[in-house]
Formats: sequence, C-alpha cells, structure tokens
Amino acid sequence: MEHIRTPKVENVHMIDRLTPRKSTVGTLYLSSTHTIFVENSEARKETWVLHSLVYNVERLPTNPSGSPLLIRCKNFHVYRLLIPQEKDCLDVLASLTRLSRPECYGELFCFSFNPNLDKELREKAWGFIDLKAEFSRMGIPSNLWHVTAANHEYRLCETYPSELFVPKSAFPAVIVGSAKFRSRGRLPVLSYFHRDTSASICRSSQPLSGFSARSTDDEQMLHAIMKSNPVSELMYVVDTRPKLNAMANRATGKGYENEDHYTNIKLQFVGIENIHVMRSSQQKLVDVGELPAPSMSDFLWGLENSGWLKHIKAVLDAGVFIAKAVAEDGVSVLVHCSDGWDRTAQACSLASVLLDPYYRTIKGLMVLIEKDWVSFGHKFSHRYAHLDGDPKEVSPVMDQFLECVWQLMQQFPCAFEFNERFLIQLHTHIYSCQYGNFIGNCQKERRDLRLQERTHSLWPHLWENRAEYTNPLYRTDHSQTQGVLKPLTTAYCFKFWKGMYGHADKSVASHQSPADCLNAVREESQQLEEELIAHQERLAQLKEKKTSGGRKKTNKLSERVRRPIPIESKLSSPLDYFTATRSEKHSPSFTLPLELAAPPKNGDPDDLSTCSDFESGVADLSSHSSSAGDDTKDPDSDEAVKSNT
Amino acid sequence: MELSEHIKTANVEDVTLRRPFHPALRGTLCVTSHHLLFSNRKDEASWQLLILLKNIDAIEKSVENLFGYPRAVGSSGTITIKCKDLLVLQLEIPGMEECLNIASSIEALSSLESVTEMYPFFYRPSHLTLLGPWGLSTTEQYYKQTERLWDRWRVSKVNSDYSVCPSYPSAVIVPREVDDDKLIRSARFRQGGRFPVLSYCHHSNGMVIMRSSQPLTGANKKRCKEDELLLQAVIDGSELGYIIDLRSAQQAQQARMTGGGFESKSCYRHWKRIHRHHERGKVVQESLIKLVEACSDLSHSVDRWLSKLENSKWLSHVHSALSTAGLVVECVERDGHSVLVHGSEGTDNTLLVSSLAQIILDPASRTVTGFLCLLEREWIQAGHPFQQRCAHSAYSHARLKQECPSFLLLLDCVWQVWRQFPLALEFSEALLLRLAQEVYASNYGTFLCNSEQERCAAGVKENTHCLFQSMLKPDIEEQYLNPLYEPTDLAIWPSVHPQSLQLWTGMFLRWTEYAQNMEEAREEVWSIVKEHRERV
Repeated sequence: MEHIRTPKVENVHMIDRLTPRKSTVGTLYLSSTHTIFVENSEARKETWVLHSLVYNVERLPTNPSGSPLLIRCKNFHVYRLLIPQEKDCLDVLASLTRLSRPECYGELFCFSFNPNLDKELREKAWGFIDLKAEFSRMGIPSNLWHVTAANHEYRLCETYPSELFVPKSAFPAVIVGSAKFRSRGRLPVLSYFHRDTSASICRSSQPLSGFSARSTDDEQMLHAIMKSNPVSELMYVVDTRPKLNAMANRATGKGYENEDHYTNIKLQFVGIENIHVMRSSQQKLVDVGELPAPSMSDFLWGLENSGWLKHIKAVLDAGVFIAKAVAEDGVSVLVHCSDGWDRTAQACSLASVLLDPYYRTIKGLMVLIEKDWVSFGHKFSHRYAHLDGDPKEVSPVMDQFLECVWQLMQQFPCAFEFNERFLIQLHTHIYSCQYGNFIGNCQKERRDLRLQERTHSLWPHLWENRAEYTNPLYRTDHSQTQGVLKPLTTAYCFKFWKGMYGHADKSVASHQSPADCLNAVREESQQLEEELIAHQERLAQLKEKKTSGGRKKTNKLSERVRRPIPIESKLSSPLDYFTATRSEKHSPSFTLPLELAAPPKNGDPDDLSTCSDFESGVADLSSHSSSAGDDTKDPDSDEAVKSNT
Repeated sequence: MELSEHIKTANVEDVTLRRPFHPALRGTLCVTSHHLLFSNRKDEASWQLLILLKNIDAIEKSVENLFGYPRAVGSSGTITIKCKDLLVLQLEIPGMEECLNIASSIEALSSLESVTEMYPFFYRPSHLTLLGPWGLSTTEQYYKQTERLWDRWRVSKVNSDYSVCPSYPSAVIVPREVDDDKLIRSARFRQGGRFPVLSYCHHSNGMVIMRSSQPLTGANKKRCKEDELLLQAVIDGSELGYIIDLRSAQQAQQARMTGGGFESKSCYRHWKRIHRHHERGKVVQESLIKLVEACSDLSHSVDRWLSKLENSKWLSHVHSALSTAGLVVECVERDGHSVLVHGSEGTDNTLLVSSLAQIILDPASRTVTGFLCLLEREWIQAGHPFQQRCAHSAYSHARLKQECPSFLLLLDCVWQVWRQFPLALEFSEALLLRLAQEVYASNYGTFLCNSEQERCAAGVKENTHCLFQSMLKPDIEEQYLNPLYEPTDLAIWPSVHPQSLQLWTGMFLRWTEYAQNMEEAREEVWSIVKEHRERV
C-alpha cells in the first residue's frame, strides 16, 4: 500500500486507438493489486488490470489535453490513458512502476489472492495433477525403468524434481557420475515413454565435454537409456541449439556429446535460437502489432523482420523430428540444449503433444506442463519476470510452446480437446502470479516457499470452467484425434497468432466465433435432449392433459439462437476505413470486465466493449446456451477478482 | 478447321498420371475436342479424371532423347499440365511422338478463341433443359421486386440496342427525372459510354450506390451539362454525395492527358470526391502469378515465404478493395449519403467495390440466391469482360493481354468477410471455390463473352446452360450452404487491419495436404449442426 502515491484520479480518459470517439471518461483507482478504471457512463463499466500483468508503463509528452500514459501488459493488451494533471500522471506512473515490479516473492499477488476456498479444498486442489499417475499411465515404472531416490532432497540436482525416472540398468554410481558431467547436474532422465514402440524421450543439460573431457558414467548412462529400448540399437541425441552455439560452448568446458565416445549415438542439431534472440524477436513482433496504421506490406514485412514465425517453425521442427524418431523409427531420443530447461522443455513437450493424444486434451495439457515445465525446473519466475530482476533472464519460451500448439490446432482443427482460449488463459496465468503454480524457478524453490500452503492451484480452477475451453469439433473417435500427429511444416502453414498478439485495437478482435456458436449449438442439443426426456416423462404422467411443451421449446430455441448475432456483427467501427490509410495516433483500448452488464441488444458497437475479451460475443453466446438461467460467464473472472478494496 | 483436326493423337495407353499427394496411376489418356480424359482401367473400380481443356493454363513438356534417336525404344516424355484452378498434374507418356502430339493438341484446343466452339455450346446433360430460364433475374425484374426504387427511379431502355453503351445491359436503372436524351449525352461524356447507373439502393435510408466510368473531361476540362444534371438528380436536393474515385488524385489528373478525367468540384458542386488508389489490370494479374508461384514452392523458409507473400502484393489488393468498400458503406450507412464509384473504365475495380459494399450493407446479398443475383447484376450484366480477364490464370507463359483476376479478387474479399463473420453469410467457402473454378473454365455459358451484347450475338442464352440456375437446384445448393448461418440485418463491417486479413488457404493451398484437415473440420461442423437440427 505504501507504494500507492495517489489512490484515485478523476476525469481520466481511456482512449480507443482506432476510434477516438469511443474513448471514455472515468475514474482511475489504484489498489494494491489492480489498476481499476470505472467509466462515468451509466453502465459504470469497470476495467481491471492486474499489476503483475503490467509489462511497462510509459508516459508520453504532456499535451494541452493532459498527460498520456501507456500501460502495456504482458498479455499484449495495451491501455492508453489521458490524465488531466501532469502531477497525477507522474504519481500514477511512479506507483504503477513500483507495483508492477515486486521485489520479493512475498509481494506477489498469489499470496494475497483468496478465492474463499477452505483449507481442505485447497489441499485437494494441489493434488489435482499427479505426476506419478502420469508416469504409470505411460507404463512406468516397468521392468526397464524405475524411479530413483538419487535426487532426494535435491542433493544431486537442485533444479530437478526429487523423483526421477531412470533406466533400471543405470547404477547409482553411474547416475551420480553422469550428473557430475552435466551442466548444473541435470543428468539424462526420462521425460516421456512411448508405449507402442518402447522408445523414450529423455532430457538433460549439455555435457561438460569441452574439447576433450569425457565421463564413462555419462557414456554408460546414455548406453543404459539406449538399452532400455530393446528394439533399437541406436539412439539420437538431439541438441536443440544451432551447431555454432553448441561449438562455442566447448570453449567454456561445455558443449555436446562426442559421437566417438558414446556407443551408437547419432547427434542431431535442430537450431533453435537462444532466449535472447527469442526475446528480441517477440518484441519486434509486438511492435508490429502496435504500428499506428500499417499497410499490408508494413505488416508482412514487420512479421518477416521479427523472425518470430521462423523461430516458431524451428521449435515445431524439433518436436516433429523427435516425434518421428520415436514413433516411426522406434529410436529413443535424448534431448538437451544448454541448461536443459528452455529449448529442451519446448522440444520434449511438443514431441509429446504430437505423439500422445492424451496431451491434446484439457487435462493432458495441464499434466504435460506440470511435468515437462514445472517439475523439470523451467525458470518461470525468471523467464516471465515475476520479480524485478535481470531483464536478460526474461524470454517468451512458454509463449512459443503455446503458440506451436496453436499452430498445430490450425492444421488439425479436430485434434485438440481445448480451444484457443485455453491457451491464452494459460499464457495469462503464467505471467499473472495469481496462482502459485508457476511461482519460483524449480520444485525446490516452490517447496521452500511453501506455495501449496500459501497459494492456490490454477489447474482445478481451469478444470471447473472447462466448458469454456472446449473445442466443439473435438471427438475422441475422430481420425485426427488418434495416434501421432504429422503436421506440415511448410512455411505457409505458420500464421500470425491474432488471438494472442492482435490486441492493438478492438476492431481487430475476431468478430464471430464459429467455435462458440458450435459449442452453444451442441449444448443446446444436449439440453433439448434432456428436455425432451423430461417432457416425455411428464407426458407420461399427465396423459390426459395435452401440453404443448415440445413446441414451445422450439420457439424458444430459435429465439435463443438468434440473439447474439446482431450484437456481434457491428463490432468494428466504420472509422476503420478512414484511418486505415492515414497515420493518426490513437490509443488502443481493452477491457477486463468485472461485472457483465446486461447483454447489449441493439448492436451498438460501443456496447460491445462490455461483453467480452478476446473473443467477442463469448459471454453472449453462453447466455443463450443455457435454459437453466442467465449464468453469463465472465471470461476473465480471474483477473477481475473481487477480493480487494 | 474442325476441332478434331487439332487432334493428332487421340489415345495413348500406359500413361502414368501423377497428382500431388496421390499415388501415381497408370491408364489410358484420351484427347477429345474439349476434354482430356485419363482412365485407369486396371483396377476393378475404374477411375477417371476428366479435365476441360479450357481449364489448362499452361503445358510444359520435357522429352527425353529429343535430339537423339526419335524412334528409340523406351523414349518417353513428360507433360506437366497446370490448370487454371491451380491444380498441377504430370503425365508420363510413352513414345516421344505421342507425347509431342498430345501436347500440341492440348495447346491448340485449350486456347480456342471462338465462343461458339467452346464447350458450353456442346454441354447437354440429361438432367438440364435449354428451355428453362437463363439467368436469375433481369434489370426489370430487379426493379419490380425492389419497392424502394419505384418512387424516384425508373428503368431506362435507352440502351436496348446496345448503341449507347456497348458494355451495358439493355435496361438500366436511372433517376426518374432524367430522360433518355440526357442519358445519351451523359454516355457520350463517359468512357465506353458507361454513364452513371444505379447499383444499389440502401434498404434503411434510400441512399444509393451508383457506378460509371470516368468522365471524358480531357485536358480542356470539358463539361457535360446532362451528366451534371444526372448526378444532381441522384442526390435529389440533399446537400452532399460522395464520388469514390478508384485512382489516386495524381492518376486522375494524368488521365486528363489521354482524354479521361474526373468530376471537378466547380462543376459538381454537391459532390465530394475521395481518391483511393487501386492497382488494376496487369499489375493485379502479376500479383496472382507471384502469389501462386510463392505457394507452390515448398522449400521456402518462413522468411522467404513471408517476403514472397508480401512481394506478390495480392493481400494488399484485398486490403484496398475491402477498405474502399468499407468507405463506401460508411458514406451510405453511417453518414447517409449517396455514392458514385468509378475508376477508369468502370468494369473492374468499380464492380469489385460496389459489390463488396453491397455484401457488407445488404443482408439480401448474403444469401446464396442473393449473392448469385448480385454477381449476375454487378458482374455479368454490368459488363465485366470475363472472356478477356480470365483468358489465362496464374501459370500461363503467354504474354499478358487483358487478363486481370478482378473476379477472383472479389471472391477472396468475400472469403475474408466470411472468415470474419462466419455466421453472417448463407453460403460457404465451397460456393466461392466453385465460382473461382467456373469463371476460368466451365460447362456453363454464364461466364462466356464480355458483355450482354456479345452474349446475345453468340446466342449464349439459347445454346448454353446457366450456371447459377443449376447451382440453385435444391440438391446441389445444399453443398454450398453455411451450416452456421444466422441472418443479421445489420451491416457487417469487416476489419481491414492487416493482421485481420489472411491468405485464402482454401483457394491457394487447395491442392495441398493442408486442405484435407480443413475438409474434415468442415464435415465435423456439419455433423454437429445436423445432429442438432434433428433434435430440434
């Protein structure tokens, strides 16, 4: 609280970039966790921005109408405010700058976030994902793989989970020796076991080979992994770095496996760039989205120049390579990069998504993230700047994984149980610090922070709302759902992810969502079925009385289906066409609604801002799908927490 | 010369056919006057591929032993056939001579220029009769059905013998108070005689979209009183109308040097002119060629692909067409003013913009029937020179003459609208794809010739079947329906932000693996909707 210099500023303008006439006037509040903008209008529309989601705050030069303030969020939303008094603006700037950069874990939102769960439920929630169960789903432990206690109390490797799965044939001494020969002790351990071929995906960090060093333990470790796949006499080592980078590492005593020292390994570089390249690439991509009035060429050129899609392709290519090795060649793969917590996590988890239909379900993706990212020590707090720290540690590693999954969803619309919204929601929460799941950099750190006692878990929350995240086209018996996905990785398959990066202005948001419509249709079908049954029962009960219930229902349905469409259709503003070719500077606007006003009826574009976030009409659609009541969902209820004030 | 005289070798056995993403097939190849027929008779279920020769855009032959021993055993040739619908096939033909014969027959027969020799004049399926109506509607019928026109507008038959404007239909809709003499004078003042006529009257406020060609003001700033009166009558007392000139101001100025020009402010005092630059003709055709070239090279890196996509400028054309259509709609719907659209000739971009504006504005043009009627009115009757524009598609090596994919650009823009408003159009992508195919090569007469006058002279209506009629037959129409259609009366403002526009994968990646999964998704959507309908 001491960081808030001014808790309230009146007469603030929230500026809409493309259509200035839609800008609104209201009051700005600063709480300890959120920035809240309340419109002066009748609807008193509220916009909540979580401090931990703020990427940066920028003050533009004061002009006669006031001081503009730009709030950029980590989920790529941008808010443009105009504050009448320069002093207020400076105060807000200083407060927000401090509030959005917590200096210690204790300041994070997750420690104050309280969704009113009782203690028992909270504990149960943390058990929602059980990695032991996940390994046993893969058939592990088996006669070839078992769990080792070598990392008990994290004494072998601080950043690994305490339970590690290794080949049975690897003796404890080999395990310890291998860990010593690997950067930060991250020895080769099992990440995924493919039952059909009994090939496995293992992961590690780079070996400390330098120019000539070798370790028989490490060599034996790899041999043991290869031998754990009885079918194959070969094993791939996938170094996810560009070969040059890997070679450069040899000068610092690290590097890659010497094929002469290890029996029957085949080394393959796949060329994913390092975190620094990715960070600047994403920044360029975001800048493209912020161009005031780009032409088609500006946009495509900017997209190319950012290199982002090239990197996405590289990550997906790595996943495809591994999946192919495992599924088609039946060969085990050891994946590593430098430290084995960024590119390695990307490559392993993507390969798993391609290989195993389970990871394409809602629960499965949660499990996968928990396994390959959370438990294996992906440095969430560093990469996503949870705390004020070294900006060089920040990098959109997880963003890229989620985007690769999204790109796959574009190619296989029926293969995934979840929808785009689920990925975006995950992305937001990786940054938001609202739940404890992604706090810290490894399992040990999370244990020491006692996160399970002090914070809540995201997974059950997402699971409860899974209806919102379901892809209507997903069917467990569909051909795309089965077996291994073999995506095309031709350049033209990679698209700009508008749902993630396209928040520069409202009119860019998607107008109508076929998926939501289908979901509604589907739900309605189910309801009708239920209603039909109910009516049949009733009919049986009241045989004499002739009710016309069935007919009424039909009428009601057509009403319901019809409702949302006019609302959505006028989403964008006609002003687009005037500004499209001029270079006026407007500010973007985006809102996280706290309470949903009554769904607008008249199709006025201005009303739309109240109804949803990234997918317009989301809330409207859900309202017509349920005859049980108007449980209009708030798609961002997480951010819009009512716990404070 | 009889068509059959072009055929030097009619049949070849043991030909191998290669298609993308299909196993190679062996069979018999047969060339007829209008078709290339490949049949695979070895398998029990015989499989046939029938390609209209007119669909073939380019043919490339590579013959082994070309300069060696012509009669050598085992010599063979490969013909690569590139179709206007972007399909690429390869035929391996045993025997060098046969290969060359087939290639030259295809070359000769696929570039026939005489309309009456074209296949629509020979297409006689048993389920269709030539006696039925040709076309969906006439200007008169459209006028009769549109009550809001009756008060201030009339049908003029001034062009009944096509003497006033050769590319206009015999009947056009003009302001009631302007008589035919004035129209004739206005026509003389407009390029190709394309005087301002009504294109659309907005259902909610009676404002109109007019279209024409450029005025022939020339370097001396000529005036035409009747043309000015005609436009004055359009806005009828309201203080303002907009002229959307589809050229940059500079281009419009330059046009005066060659006898064209623009409506100057002093002469058309109540009209405000807005210039929007649109590429035309050859430039757009070259864009298409570059785009298709970019799509067919699978070896590109992402950077190279994006650079080629950008370099083709195709999406830029889509962007400007949609933006200008949005501008027109904004004038009509939001500001409540009438609009005149023209570029130079008024036969390409003008039609593109006016028809897109109607799709955005008018719910009636978003149904299957309504959309086809719109195409008939705004493209076929309005005299878009289909024969010239669609003579070649993206693969042809022939020197470009009058080719320009204006119509394909329209379909792409409509697809963008459909993608942004997947619920608002009654038709689906399948309809757009079918039209994209038919416009280049068809069994039907609908897209033949360059104007109504030419169609009359060639007897198209009497001797060919109408595509639109056949598409609207209930059992056929179903495949073009959008399962998610929910009509809305409102304008559907498309976003023209570059990131909202995408490559039309259904069209340009049509013959790749990519399309397969999309097809499955579409089927899935249908099955959900059908299941739902059964329950209701």
